[in-house]
Amino acid sequence: MNSPPSSPGHQMPREHYLNASYGIRSWLLTTDHKRIALLYLASVTFFFFVGGVFATMIRIHLLTPTGYLVTPENYNKLFTMHGVAMIFFFLIPSIPAVLGNFLVPMMIGAKDVAFPKINLLSWYIYITGGCFVLYSFSTGGLDTGWTFYTPLSSVYSNSAVTPAVLGIFINGFSSILTGLNFVVTIHTMRAPGMTWFRLPLFIWAQYATSIIFILGTPVIAITLLLAGLERMFHLGFFNPALGGDPILFQHLFWFYSHPAVYIMILPAMGVVSEIIPTFARKPIFGYSFIAGSSIAIAVIGFLVWAHHMFLTGQSTYSALAFSLLSYLVAIPSAVKVFNWASTLYKGSISYDTPMLYALGFIGLFLIGGLTGLFLACLGLDIHIHDTYFVVAHFHYIMVGGAVMGYVGGLHFWWPKITGKLYPEFLARLAAVILFVGFNLTFFPQFILGYLGMPRRYHNYPPEFQVLNVMSTAGASILALGYLLPMIYLTWSMRYGKVAGPNPWPATGLEWRTDSPPPAENFHVTPEVDWEPYDYSNRPDLGLAAPLAPSPAPAHGDD
Amino acid sequence: MQSQLSLYPDQASNFAGSVDSLMTFLTLVSVFFSFAITAAIVYFFFKFHRKKPNEVGVPIHGNMRLEVAWIVIPFLLAMVMYGWGAVVYVEYRQPPKDTLDIYVVAKQWMWKAQQPTGLREINELHVPVGRDVKLILASEDVIHDFFVPAFRVKMDVVPGRYNTMWFRPTKVGRYHFFCAQYCGTNHAVMGGWVTVMEPADYAAWLSGSTGAEADPVVLGEKLFVERACATCHIGSGLGRAPSLNGLYAGKVLLADGSTATADDAYIRESILQPNAKIVAGYQPLMPSFQGQLTEEQILALTAYIKSLQSQPVPAKRAGTATATEKK
Repeated sequence: MNSPPSSPGHQMPREHYLNASYGIRSWLLTTDHKRIALLYLASVTFFFFVGGVFATMIRIHLLTPTGYLVTPENYNKLFTMHGVAMIFFFLIPSIPAVLGNFLVPMMIGAKDVAFPKINLLSWYIYITGGCFVLYSFSTGGLDTGWTFYTPLSSVYSNSAVTPAVLGIFINGFSSILTGLNFVVTIHTMRAPGMTWFRLPLFIWAQYATSIIFILGTPVIAITLLLAGLERMFHLGFFNPALGGDPILFQHLFWFYSHPAVYIMILPAMGVVSEIIPTFARKPIFGYSFIAGSSIAIAVIGFLVWAHHMFLTGQSTYSALAFSLLSYLVAIPSAVKVFNWASTLYKGSISYDTPMLYALGFIGLFLIGGLTGLFLACLGLDIHIHDTYFVVAHFHYIMVGGAVMGYVGGLHFWWPKITGKLYPEFLARLAAVILFVGFNLTFFPQFILGYLGMPRRYHNYPPEFQVLNVMSTAGASILALGYLLPMIYLTWSMRYGKVAGPNPWPATGLEWRTDSPPPAENFHVTPEVDWEPYDYSNRPDLGLAAPLAPSPAPAHGDD
Repeated sequence: MQSQLSLYPDQASNFAGSVDSLMTFLTLVSVFFSFAITAAIVYFFFKFHRKKPNEVGVPIHGNMRLEVAWIVIPFLLAMVMYGWGAVVYVEYRQPPKDTLDIYVVAKQWMWKAQQPTGLREINELHVPVGRDVKLILASEDVIHDFFVPAFRVKMDVVPGRYNTMWFRPTKVGRYHFFCAQYCGTNHAVMGGWVTVMEPADYAAWLSGSTGAEADPVVLGEKLFVERACATCHIGSGLGRAPSLNGLYAGKVLLADGSTATADDAYIRESILQPNAKIVAGYQPLMPSFQGQLTEEQILALTAYIKSLQSQPVPAKRAGTATATEKK
């Protein structure tokens, strides 16, 4: 790796948040946002592992047209539990609750979040919700699909639906409180000089995400509660036999669950917006456009939900409106991609691991985003709706996008979180393995979908086998790509080289303090007198003076 | 059946060509942008690789002209995609007149289709080539979805309502149909085959296997008597309920002054939720048959009511003045 210019043998700081106190109580009763971030790190990793095991079993099962491994009932449970574990208990909390908790106060120069005790409460609520869901998984399982469509979930399913919907209902409060905490923290606790347009773009992304948390989560919570009440007490909300409307459920469900996709992807975009300028050592191209596009995505994202329902029999006018709005939400995403690519122009680019993840993110998000245009297209959606095309599309966004962003962010801030460096060669290797394995797993599914293979099939006509085998082969590579970082990151906590305060070096406030940081984050309250990602006026970083910007207009979008 | 190497399924309906053209257009635009952006990133990545450890990049903050360009150009392209997609969708959602109407009832985990002659099939659907076919879809339990990849069409089958879909088969052959909306344990085996036949073969197939006991009009008439509908709905129009003669597809004047069209959905609703729409001049006396009739029985009753088209329409009475006025 490109070691920073002045890197004498660093020493771990004598006192930091990890050794400030010891014992299980000091962790379970902590109100330190950094320790709460680590509690979340451990728990979301657990759920990622659970969801990953289910995914592995799904891919093994689909090796043969008649199904290889499990009964139809169990296959349906596998994909449902995979979705519930991954979406509600890994993806949604991953970047906001792990990286967000660690970084939001540090990036704005605060000692903690606005409500540290509520922050701990959020984690306990998450764990309580998680226990309900694990109870459902282990006592009969769940076979409704993560979408819980009624009346299948509220009347016909024989699996443990009630504890699962209660678990997700409870877990929702964790998201709401985290969102509330971040909004108040960002508004009220910025350090002197940290104006809104000096905020790191990760903060803008977290802010946009928090708005969705606060406005969207109550809707999913109450929707699933209604489905649970219908199931338990035969109240007719969604069951047409009791006078309910099954389509009403879908409106309510997607009113949250579409914005939830932006909960997953916006923070990952924030991570990428931090990594790219750092490893290109220049200001990000179009700061205000990237910041504004996060807000635009959060706002327009609330107005597109019924594009999941073009073929439910909804009115043609409604479909026309929601298709149009869905195309509009694509524009701010495109703006981000163009600006990231342009940031590389005339940079000083290094091949460090976080940069590989960020560039991998752009490539995969590009395919995920562009295929979203296919699904938003009314005429095309008639054919590809509910096929593997959809499965491929949202995995490109959620795994190719959100998970790449999360893992890339973990690598970027790992030296800050633990004070240690990971083995760089292994880390680059893992990034490449992930990228290749991911594409081999999910690209064939686009073709499968267009050929007409529906989602959620435990067996399939034999003509679909070749593509399914390719997908399973890719999944085994992908699994290796995830296991490697789990191993070497854990290893590095004990054996890694000491990182020093700012190994890359990066310009953010979180890098102006020890690694790991002291319990109160900063020894002296920082004052900000530089623009974000500004390498020109930062002699403290020990870098060369920049060349003057070229007078010709930058042309980086190709 | 398509070979294992093809990138798209058989093209066997009027929609196959237009959906595939859309797909081609969107794919070309996407491939262009993917390659252009990826090429730019890869080029910059190597061209501007860090040469000295303490080197920094050139501080470029942005460019307004570029920002405008990459907002406006994608927007215009997106609007083309939107408009073209909308044209295809609107055509799909508006069935032409004079379709061959086939009722399809879905239940966990099978498909029952009923031809206009009353001939019933399970997990099979026979249609003539070149004829506009409309499927009227009903579900007995959860949400299903009727999907024929070779026709590029699908539609959800939602309990509590009728959805319709249409297509015109263009190629004789046998094609998969699937349930595309997850519906429980055996969702993956809830499928079958659409057989597209020459019109003459279709006619021969129909006449070769029909039976009077399967005739929905006969079944509907039987139900009409058994369930005592006939006690109030008297053909002469003198009963406690409106006469159903000549009702189907006509306009009905309601007690609140509005009008409704007596289509399949109206009849279904009037059977299951009689008080939802009260015909002008009548009292809300009818009991609900919710939960007492299967979807197939409702379809049979509808077929019977449809067959009353030819019966004499009674003289006008009270609020029914325009009740049976034909469209």
